[in-house]
Amino acid sequence: MEIIAEDWGLVDYTEAYQRQRVVVNDVIATGRGRLIFCEHPPIVTLGRLFKEGSLLFTQEQIKQRGAAIETVDRGGDATLHAPGQLVVYVILNLNLYGRNLKSYLEKLQQAAVDLLKDFGILAVGIPGQRGVFVPRPSFHSSKGSRSSMGYDKIVSIGIGVRKWVSYHGVGINVNPDLSLFSFIKPCGLDVQMTSMAQLLGHPLSMGEVKHKWIEFFSKIFKVNILQ
Amino acid sequence: MDIILPELGEGISKATVVCWHAKVGDMVHLEDEICEVTTDKATFNVEAPANGRLKSMIIPLGQEVMVGGLLGTIEE
Repeated sequence: MEIIAEDWGLVDYTEAYQRQRVVVNDVIATGRGRLIFCEHPPIVTLGRLFKEGSLLFTQEQIKQRGAAIETVDRGGDATLHAPGQLVVYVILNLNLYGRNLKSYLEKLQQAAVDLLKDFGILAVGIPGQRGVFVPRPSFHSSKGSRSSMGYDKIVSIGIGVRKWVSYHGVGINVNPDLSLFSFIKPCGLDVQMTSMAQLLGHPLSMGEVKHKWIEFFSKIFKVNILQ
Repeated sequence: MDIILPELGEGISKATVVCWHAKVGDMVHLEDEICEVTTDKATFNVEAPANGRLKSMIIPLGQEVMVGGLLGTIEE
């Protein structure tokens, strides 16, 4: 099976959403999936399970601090996108993968765990939570920290499905400005966000992370990815 | 014609209704997306099983429905 990878670069969230809808319709018609890489200017998106308490500032205050806010048709609560976070939209015909939302989400999560491991970051899924987390070494001395779980979050996952074609996908914190996450409780959790650059102590090439995502995604989903 | 929450895959037994794209009395067409449900981190669009008029929305927003459960009905 073959799918196509596209790189949209830094693109406005709303514009990317409209383009994503066009791609979804194409995948519904043709069955040939797409992987879309992009980054977004700062924006808080509110998923279908958004709760007011997940915003730590008023919407007006968040806008004044330079981030847009938009309600979106994906699962989950509030999340934030910003430059330095690699967003991967996965538009895939799930008819070819057994029409199983849980299994599909687990595979996305596993691709992210494998990618991070390749960079030397030990990351895990947490039962009952979607996304990927890293154990917080300083948990016992982190009094006052927002990370009451003992983990920091590094990858967010949220998807939508139309006619068994997936859309939305994952956000991997490669090197975003982590201070922006102070606007929200990511996914409604009392958790602090981290990034690959913060954990490794040096900046990373976004191109290398994309390359590795393609490698691990293609293994897990058993697809050839055309670039 | 009943609008049923379809199988969403092994391990998923229920979902929460988060959006109705039509209201009672609206004409709908076969395979129109008329209801959105969410489970875990996924939203799923449920399609109309027939042409007709949306007769009832059994499950209101924010309420859970079991897989195979009745979401609403269409009068053909």
